[in-house]
Amino acid sequence: MIAIGRPVHDALQLPDFGDLTTGFRPYQERQTMVIPSTAANIAAPSASLELDADVLVIGGGPAGTWAAISAAGKGAKVVLVDKGFCGSSGATAPSGTGVWYVPPDPVRRAKAMNSRWDLGGRLADPAWMRRTLDRTYENVNHLAEWGYPFSDDGNGRSIRTSLDGPDYMRLMRKRTKSAGVKILDHSPALELLRDETGAVAGATGIRRQKGDPWLVRAGAVVIATGGCAFLSKALGCNVLTGDGLLLAAELGAELSGMEFSSAYAMALEGGSVTKTRFYEWATFTFEDGSPIPGAASKGGRSVIAKALATQRVFAQLDKADAETEQAMRYAQPNFFVPLDRVGIDPFKQRFPVTLLLEGTVRGTGGLRIVDNGCATTVPGLYAAGDAATRELICGAFTGGGSHNAAWAMSSGFWAGSSAGDYGQQYRGRNRRYVRAGGVGIADGSGRAIDAAALTRSVQDEVHPYDRNYQRNGEKLEDSLGRLDGLWSGIRTAQAASLGEAQRTREGVAMLATSRWMYRSALSRTESRGMHKREDFPKKDDAQLHYTTTGGLDEVWIGRERAPSPELEVLAA
Amino acid sequence: MIEVISEDRCTGCNICVNVCPTNVFDTVQGGIPVIARQDDCQTCFMCEVYCPDDALYVAPQATQVTGVTVAELERQDLFGSYRKSIGWVRGGRPRPTPEIMSRLDHH
Repeated sequence: MIAIGRPVHDALQLPDFGDLTTGFRPYQERQTMVIPSTAANIAAPSASLELDADVLVIGGGPAGTWAAISAAGKGAKVVLVDKGFCGSSGATAPSGTGVWYVPPDPVRRAKAMNSRWDLGGRLADPAWMRRTLDRTYENVNHLAEWGYPFSDDGNGRSIRTSLDGPDYMRLMRKRTKSAGVKILDHSPALELLRDETGAVAGATGIRRQKGDPWLVRAGAVVIATGGCAFLSKALGCNVLTGDGLLLAAELGAELSGMEFSSAYAMALEGGSVTKTRFYEWATFTFEDGSPIPGAASKGGRSVIAKALATQRVFAQLDKADAETEQAMRYAQPNFFVPLDRVGIDPFKQRFPVTLLLEGTVRGTGGLRIVDNGCATTVPGLYAAGDAATRELICGAFTGGGSHNAAWAMSSGFWAGSSAGDYGQQYRGRNRRYVRAGGVGIADGSGRAIDAAALTRSVQDEVHPYDRNYQRNGEKLEDSLGRLDGLWSGIRTAQAASLGEAQRTREGVAMLATSRWMYRSALSRTESRGMHKREDFPKKDDAQLHYTTTGGLDEVWIGRERAPSPELEVLAA
Repeated sequence: MIEVISEDRCTGCNICVNVCPTNVFDTVQGGIPVIARQDDCQTCFMCEVYCPDDALYVAPQATQVTGVTVAELERQDLFGSYRKSIGWVRGGRPRPTPEIMSRLDHH
C-alpha cells in the first residue's frame, strides 16, 4: 500500500472553473461564476460571497491571527476565515497557556533549549529553536504594548511567561480587525483553489449561519487550522479535525512527524477540561483507594492509561497545601470549574479521571515546512501553528503548551509575512482557478457519506489507549486495514449537501489524518518521544530522521534528514 | 454541555450565537436564542464568559445532560461564576502575592 512519493494530483478528478480571469478587486465587488458540483448546489450564485485578497488565512486561533496581522503589515489585503468564531475557536481561547518566553540572555536561552533536547528525542533543530525564542520574545512584548494585562511580579516587572486564553484571543481578534483584515466567522473552508501551474489560488467554503457559499481568490494561503484531536471533546479541540491537513494534501503538500500524534490529556471523568499540570500534585488510586504503582501525571501517564483500559482511576491533589490551592485557582481557574460545579473538593476528595485524546494538537506532527518563511511544498501555500510540524522546535514530544504557544505566534508571524510578500505578486495578474477538493466535495457516483458513522469508525481506531497510546505493529496494521477500507468505500461518494458539507469534510479529514498517523507510526520501528511501540520499546539512534508522508488514495512514506546539532546545542 | 438559557436573564443580544465555536445556538426572530444543536457543544464555556447577562449555564459533564434547572442554578449562585473567576468583571480579580504564586514554579 505504500507508494513512495506518489503525487496526489493524478488520483483526483479536478473539475474546472472555466476561465475566471480576474485581477485584484475590492472585497465588495461580486462576480457571477459557474461553479460545478457542490458549491453550485449549495446556493444560487447571486447569494455567494466572492472576495479577492493577496492572502487568505484559514483558521483564526493564535497562529492564524498572528499570520493575518503580519501579512497585513506587509501591505497585503488579507481575509481570515474561521469555521467557528475568531476569538473563541480552538485550543487556546477557552484555556490558558504557558509561553516559551525567555529573555535574550545566552545562558538562559541555552538552558531553555537544552532542557527540551532530550525530551524531544533529539529531533529538534537548534536553529529553529533559537529563532522561535527570538520571535516569541518580540511578539509577547508586542502583546504588552497592545495592552495585554500581564501581571506584575511585585518588583515592577511584568510576568510574560503565560497567557489567559480568553484575554489573549479577544485581544488578537481586536488587533486583527484593526490591522484591516476582513474576518469571516462561521465560514469553514471546504476546498482550496489552484491555478494552471499548481500553485494555490484561494479557497471556497460555506457561511454556515447564512447558508451560502463563499469564495476567496488569493495570491497566497496560510493554513492555520490547528491539529487534529478527533472530536474527543478535549478543551476547545472539537473544531480541530485536521481540515487544513486535508486541504493542503489535496494540492500535494507533504506532512512530517505524524507518528508524534498520541498525546492524551487528563480530565475529570466525563468532563472536557484537559488541564494536566495540576495533576503533578496528585496521588492516583484505584477505586478501592489503593495507590496505583508508578502512576504519575509526568512520567507515569502510560501507567494510568493502562489502568483506565480496564477500570476507573481516581486522583486527589493531596500534595498541594492551602497556599498552593490559592495560586492554582488564580493560575488556571478553568481547572476548577467542573470540580466546583459537581461539588468535589479535589484537595480533600478523590475524583475519577480520564485521558482524552489530543492527537496532533499536543503532538508535534503536521504539514512539512521547507523554508524559514513556513512555506509548504506547494507554491503559495504556508502553514503555521499546530497545523504545521512542530518537530523543528520540539522534536518528538511537546510536554506542555508553552512551546506550542511560542510556535503558533512565531510560525504565524513568519507564514503571514512571507505569504504577504508572495501573494501581492499576483495583483492584477490573470489566473485560471481550478477547484482542488476531492472526497465529499467532488461529484461522484457513489452514495453520500454518512459523516457521523465515518467519524465513529475513525474514532474507534484512534481513541483507544491500547491502539494509539501504546502502539504495536500488529494493531497498527489491523487499524490501517479498516481505515484504508473506509477510504476506498467513500472515494466515489457524491458531493455533500450544504447542511452536511462541513461534517462530511471533517470526517474525511480525520480519516486522512488517521492514515498518515498510523502509516508513519508503523514505519518508525522504535520508541521515541511520545511515539511508543510495545514491539520496539527502545530508542534506535539509526532512526534519527523525520518521517514524511502524504497522499490520499495511496499514502506514501518518506524520510528527511534531521539535523545533527548535538554539538551546537551544547555550545549554544 | 450547554444546558440552560435563563429567560429571565437573557436580553436576546445573540452574542452566544456568534461566539460559540461549534455553532450550538440558533437565533429566534423576536425572541431569545435557542440551544439548537446541544450534541455539538464541546463544553468549552466560551458562551458563558462572553454572555453579558450571565444568562447561560454550561454543565461540566461533556457527554450527558444533567437536567439542571434555572431555580437550582439561581439558588447556588452559579450563573456568571466562571466569568467572575477569570476576572471578566468590573475590577478584575485579585492576584495572590508573588510568594504564593511562586508555589507553582518549581514543583
